[in-house]
Amino acid sequence: MIELVSTDRCIGCNLCVKVCPTNVFDKTEAAPVIARQEDCQTCFICEAYCPVDALYVSPYSDEQVEVDEAALAEQGVLGSWRATLGWGPGRTKLAAIDQTPFINRILPARPVRAAGVSDVRSPATG
Amino acid sequence: MSGETALKLTTDVLVIGGGPAGAWAAWSAASQGAKVVLVDKGYLGSSGATAPGGTNLLYLPPDKEMRDKAVRERMASGGYLSEASWIHRVLDQVYINLERVEQWGYPFVRDENGVPQRNHLQGPEYMALMRKMVKKAGVKVLDHAPALELLVDEHGVGGARGTLRQQGKDWEVRAGAVVIATGGCAFLSKGLGCNVLTGDGYLMGAEVGAELSGMEFSRRYAPAPAFSSNTRSRLLGWATYYDQDGKELKGSRNGDFLAERLLEGPVYAIMNKADTPEKQAILRSSHAIFFLPYDRAGIDVFTQPFPLTLRYEGTVRGTGGLRIVGDYCETTVAGLYAAGDAATRERITGAASGGGAFNASWAICSGTWSGEGAARYALSQRTGAASRDLRSAGRYGLAETTGGRTLSSPRVETAELVRAIQDQVFPLQINYFRSEAGLKAALNKLHSYWPSVNEQAPGNVHERVHAREAAAMAATARWIYTAGLARKETRGAGLHLLAEYPDEDPNQHHRLLVSGLETIRTRPDRTFLGGASAASYPGTEQGA
Repeated sequence: MIELVSTDRCIGCNLCVKVCPTNVFDKTEAAPVIARQEDCQTCFICEAYCPVDALYVSPYSDEQVEVDEAALAEQGVLGSWRATLGWGPGRTKLAAIDQTPFINRILPARPVRAAGVSDVRSPATG
Repeated sequence: MSGETALKLTTDVLVIGGGPAGAWAAWSAASQGAKVVLVDKGYLGSSGATAPGGTNLLYLPPDKEMRDKAVRERMASGGYLSEASWIHRVLDQVYINLERVEQWGYPFVRDENGVPQRNHLQGPEYMALMRKMVKKAGVKVLDHAPALELLVDEHGVGGARGTLRQQGKDWEVRAGAVVIATGGCAFLSKGLGCNVLTGDGYLMGAEVGAELSGMEFSRRYAPAPAFSSNTRSRLLGWATYYDQDGKELKGSRNGDFLAERLLEGPVYAIMNKADTPEKQAILRSSHAIFFLPYDRAGIDVFTQPFPLTLRYEGTVRGTGGLRIVGDYCETTVAGLYAAGDAATRERITGAASGGGAFNASWAICSGTWSGEGAARYALSQRTGAASRDLRSAGRYGLAETTGGRTLSSPRVETAELVRAIQDQVFPLQINYFRSEAGLKAALNKLHSYWPSVNEQAPGNVHERVHAREAAAMAATARWIYTAGLARKETRGAGLHLLAEYPDEDPNQHHRLLVSGLETIRTRPDRTFLGGASAASYPGTEQGA
């Protein structure tokens, strides 16, 4: 769930308020606030759009956790999803280096498809 | 509906939903010269199952042999409830649209021969591009504008009403035709991007008399980290599974393997079949979202065990949805079209899951067709939507907001109602290992909750949207189990089964239609048999 809007980093563009598909944030006079954390679906979209790496979505979908902004910044976690997607000036987009079409070339010796769920196994399904 | 209607618009086509299907529908309708409004509960570009991660596509080059083979395989795996002509139609259309996506600037990678690899899209990039192109086509986009009910008159559907949830005002859009592209229903199970998918469009459609089809084909869960939302599981093909003592869980991992093991105890995985830095780097540059929760939890997935769960995916990777009866994805109600997961995908998937590739291509194609059909229909209407005598069709989960006032009738808390529904829908013992006895017991409970949907008393605009979602989920769960009990056989790839009827029954070679809200009716549909073209189906009540 979303755990951090860094008031130090935030420039008040309100892009997160706009793009959050489940409407978790509220605008304020200053930085947006996490108004409905229970509605967060842990999709990481807000982080991808934040131009100043001010947001942190914890991987834990069902429980609130304490986060330490200084530690997250030092570990390079803030803004890491945006960087992986290649969004932001001077970066190469993940889409442009997408290796998905080639992963079948490194399948394990005994290929096991998408694990543990019933589905057909035809070459056309992904 | 309560609230002041502050925004009133009139348009040719209203598209409800801003995932891939809605985006394509809006772009397609605008390309036909129609005036288009698109409303989304969240944000066109981030809403829905596609936006956060990657998605595979059913995409094959125009090679007859290759395509014929894929179609034959799909017909078999779908228990012969799909139609070859529709699968071919999707293969044709998606090829055109993905070429278009590349022309619009999506940077598809190329192989060593320079062939563009158009069978996978990175969601954030794809949907940001779709937003740009939809707006460029002149579509008016309303974000954070959940639709709450349709508008109808004796001629059919003529618009919708909803709320601008960040402004505390309501909207009304009158339209010559409406495309429902609200996605499927995953019951707030927190699958990646899926919590906006609460069956809203099914309920809106059912309230104006539309039928649903294939709702029994919804026995679908996705592996995910036990602690997180990430339901992208393809890379688990490089994992070994272990029990809590570190003992390897051997055997074929197909079918019910993970579900059965999870009923016995926790299951862990290690991605130790990606055993070189090169392989690991390739996987990281494919489904990057897969790694995100583990990296953040401090787990090195290539060497350390991580706990798995199964999250219910309802009709998102199931195949049921609004019945479509024509080549342009017309529903059985005039002026109403359905696209993407809001529509049944049986025409291309039959009784098999469309998870991943098929659904993504279906969203593109059904969006394109429904947008075109809706535009032509709207532009051919003699009476403008503005002058029609339209009434509100919403009946469920639309209680007035109380503004803190105490109600005399008992008030049902939305969150509690949702949990009660989830308790009948999420358990593997009920919904995965389906039996007649299990489904009957769950359905009886769900029926008993139904009156509660109109006893909710939302205190603000956010709760108001959630109350309507709860009603849609309650209705969807009842349709799923009603259809599940009516199909007394096990067909195709196991997307529905009943323990009491483990075999395929040739007498049930039909689709199952469900309709109604107070009383749910089911009836078999055999109109697709014999390769009849969609346009010639008896019972088609409108043409495009």
